[in-house]
Amino acid sequence: MEFKNPQEELERFRSRIAVAGGFVLFCFMLLFARFLWLQVVQHNYYQTRAEDNRISLVPIVPNRGLIVDRNGAVLARNYSAYTLEITPSRAGDLERTIDGLAAIIEIEAKDRRRFKKLMDESKSFETLPIRTRLSDEEVAKFIAHRYRFPGVEIKARLFRQYPGGTFASHILGYIGRITDRDLEKIEAREEEANYRGTDHFGKTGLELRYEFDLHGVSGHEQVEVDAGGRAVRTLAHTPPIAGNQLTLTIDAELQRIAEHAFGDRKGSLVAIEPASGGILAMVSVPNYDPNMFVDGIDTQNWRELNESPDKPMVNRALNGAYPPGSTFKPFMALAALELGKRRPEQAISDPGFFNFGGHHFRDDKKGGHGMVDMYKSIVHSCDTYYYMLANDMGIDNISSFMGRLGLGSRTGIDIDGESEGVLPSQEWKKKRFRKPEQQKWYAGETISIGIGQGYNAYTPIQLAQATAIVANNGVMFRPHLVKYVTDTRTGDKRLIEPEPLRDLRLKPEHVEVIKNAMVGVNKEGTGARAFAGAGYVSAGKTGTAQVFSYKGAEHKTETMVAHLRDHALFIAYAPADKPTIALAVLVENGGFGAQAAAPIARQVLDYYLLGKKPKAPALPDEAAVERDDE
Amino acid sequence: MNPGIGLANLRVWWHKLVAPLDGPLMLVAGLLLLVAIGIMASASPERINAQLINVAVALVVMRILAQIPPQRLMHLAVPIYVAGVLLLIAVALFGDVSKGARRWLNLGFMRAQPSELMKIAMPLLLAWFFQQREAMPRLRDYAVAAILLLLPVALIARQPDLGTAILVLAAGFYVIFFAGLSWKIMIGMAVAAVAAAPLAWNLLHDYQRNRIITLFDPEKDPLGKGFHIIQSTIAIGSGGIFGKGWKSGTQAQLEFIPERHTDFIFAVYSEEFGLFGNLVLLALYALLIGRGLMIAANAATLFSRLLAGAVTMIFFTYAFVNMGMVAGILPVVGVPLPLVSYGGTALVTLFLGIGILMSIHGNRMLVQK
Repeated sequence: MEFKNPQEELERFRSRIAVAGGFVLFCFMLLFARFLWLQVVQHNYYQTRAEDNRISLVPIVPNRGLIVDRNGAVLARNYSAYTLEITPSRAGDLERTIDGLAAIIEIEAKDRRRFKKLMDESKSFETLPIRTRLSDEEVAKFIAHRYRFPGVEIKARLFRQYPGGTFASHILGYIGRITDRDLEKIEAREEEANYRGTDHFGKTGLELRYEFDLHGVSGHEQVEVDAGGRAVRTLAHTPPIAGNQLTLTIDAELQRIAEHAFGDRKGSLVAIEPASGGILAMVSVPNYDPNMFVDGIDTQNWRELNESPDKPMVNRALNGAYPPGSTFKPFMALAALELGKRRPEQAISDPGFFNFGGHHFRDDKKGGHGMVDMYKSIVHSCDTYYYMLANDMGIDNISSFMGRLGLGSRTGIDIDGESEGVLPSQEWKKKRFRKPEQQKWYAGETISIGIGQGYNAYTPIQLAQATAIVANNGVMFRPHLVKYVTDTRTGDKRLIEPEPLRDLRLKPEHVEVIKNAMVGVNKEGTGARAFAGAGYVSAGKTGTAQVFSYKGAEHKTETMVAHLRDHALFIAYAPADKPTIALAVLVENGGFGAQAAAPIARQVLDYYLLGKKPKAPALPDEAAVERDDE
Repeated sequence: MNPGIGLANLRVWWHKLVAPLDGPLMLVAGLLLLVAIGIMASASPERINAQLINVAVALVVMRILAQIPPQRLMHLAVPIYVAGVLLLIAVALFGDVSKGARRWLNLGFMRAQPSELMKIAMPLLLAWFFQQREAMPRLRDYAVAAILLLLPVALIARQPDLGTAILVLAAGFYVIFFAGLSWKIMIGMAVAAVAAAPLAWNLLHDYQRNRIITLFDPEKDPLGKGFHIIQSTIAIGSGGIFGKGWKSGTQAQLEFIPERHTDFIFAVYSEEFGLFGNLVLLALYALLIGRGLMIAANAATLFSRLLAGAVTMIFFTYAFVNMGMVAGILPVVGVPLPLVSYGGTALVTLFLGIGILMSIHGNRMLVQK
């Protein structure tokens, strides 16, 4: 049996106490060893980790460069405004969040649609604007309720603004949020670091082409942040460098007058300074308001713009390909002289048609123009003369000469996405069609080419450039919109040099014949009525192009919808002796060139040469039709 | 009569007040409270006032306990234990759920957490139990003790509240250990525990398993489960030898340390005071525990010894588990840093323990003078 031994029991207990004490010490040593490891051995590592936690590099987006016209008028600028932004990944139930916000701040259906579109285009951790341009009162209202909306915040952002609204929209283009395709471009230029805080990128026009000039250099701020990522204080600051300024060759007032001259008609006008290639005005109407794209356009407006039969999003000056109609004749005549196919005084007899293989190619004037030499063929726009000429020259001669004038190839203007147009030749037809019977060029097809019909299709800028080449006696410049780029930091101007592409080495006496005839057009020919009483001598050529489609690869004149009127064209330069401006005008479905297009050219030239401002758009001159025999 | 406004009266009154208190324990606890207030001023200054009230309440509780002789405590052991177990059962049946755990019992006028009570009730009961078998306890007695211990532990672990379960289990185990459980059995049980580990793994809740997984590889889930440990080890490591200075810890001030006024307050302290500060804190706890063990060694009865020893070791368990988890060598279980972490419940429990130690110390002579 056991018995109680208090002393022994106490000793046993005390030894257990000693063991416990030893265990405590051992455990504390263990802790101490761990502290030694963390705080002495690994100190530097954890020091760095703590700094990484604490310090964040916040990019500061630079001010985007301004775009101004040749006289300094601002066409694109920036302004700062508050936006209400949501980070979808942090906001939880988006619908409920937006409904909640709508109870405090006005959020229209349009804003919701735009937000949805932005969400589809971006990643969920990006912050996206639900409302832009908040008033101070709205900002205050939101701040009071902010705690209820995780993932929603107010930001001060710089917005791109195009003060002219729709004005010159096809030149300026617009910016929009960066997409994956834009990112590829940024990566290709190794600009990722510079774009870290940027969320917009040029999408079209100059905004796209000169994106890397306009963007500028991002600055950054070293800030101390808390665990929630909120900045607590600034440690260092490197200011951003604003983007470079673009000064255009465009004359804003001229552009305005030209756009205005179209009224509500569709069409395009391109005016070039012949001696430099600088573009003075480039119109494509109807236009659109690029401001709609800056905050992200909503689906409804986007659809309206894209599905409108008027195609406001298409830059007709660069992407519309139109048969040149009779404006082609001066170039045909020049080709004939250069190739020795005609002498200026050589006349033909015009019975009112040209017979080819039993088919009558009709002249517009019944009974014909009688005896027609080169001068008269241009001034009165005699078709028969050019049917015969085209037939004599053959398609490949025509094609190669017109190719030298830049027709049918991109001019190289400083906007992306220019179209080539169609310069038909035997070669072209072979490539264009797949069936062997369609690949063959028929001589009959050459004949309508002679009057600027048939497969021929050129962009307005190509026509303007060809006109400028004639005005400039055969020297060809690359058309450009930007005159110089100003470095915001140094003030240095980088000139976009007039770039002579080539000298066609035309015989001066040949050019003289054509120029003389074009002066005659505006003096006593088809353009005379539009230019009656002008205080300067101008040269021009009217044109009317039949509307037909290429898609079926056939002439569809038979099936063409009757109410589709012809396109009206006009090319011109002035003053005749020392041209400072050359232009091409196209009015879609405008009817006769003399009636619809020439008055527009008159308004533009009046302003450019005389400073005369028109009061009303250049309405079609109904009376001009009677005299017009294109 | 002069109703106690005279200086002499005041002195008498003060003597009466402090008589049952133990100087060394009071000093160390006071220093720890100073550390607590100091670090609270850095981690969460707006809570200082609330914590001071908690301290006042806890000190009153301590003072009351210090005056209750161990014999009276012994009489209370069984009723308290039974009440505690019944309350735990009530919690399991009708308790309020908060953060996924059923820990609180709504008593109408207040919410009580019966598991907290078990931290003291457990050693109290077991000490009473072994006192009843004053002679050399038999193996059967240990088995009964183990059942008495495991019943509430199981109830608490089921809530689930792993931190408290571990503390109660430890408190009970210390009594059994001090009562003289043979080393052979302990080693045998340790071996059995290791063998049973895979089985236990299956019984753990998912969040408990995650805590263990996270412990071994916190970087696996740096923003989720591992965030606490990663950020607290960064805080400790970046503190270096002398720390970043009071109120200058970037991890703490920029809110990278979660729960920085409660369970992770040690990370704040360690970041701002460094290895040097840690050494001071370890020394204070060592002194407190040392004093407690000394009181246990000199206690008059078996009940007092066992109770004093176990209560002292509860302090150790709190301190070691908390610092170990914050430093990333133990899993994250909800155990506060004793006397330093914000919160009234743990503070009251701990000062209750100090009060018991003081009472045992005051009654160390078998015969009162």
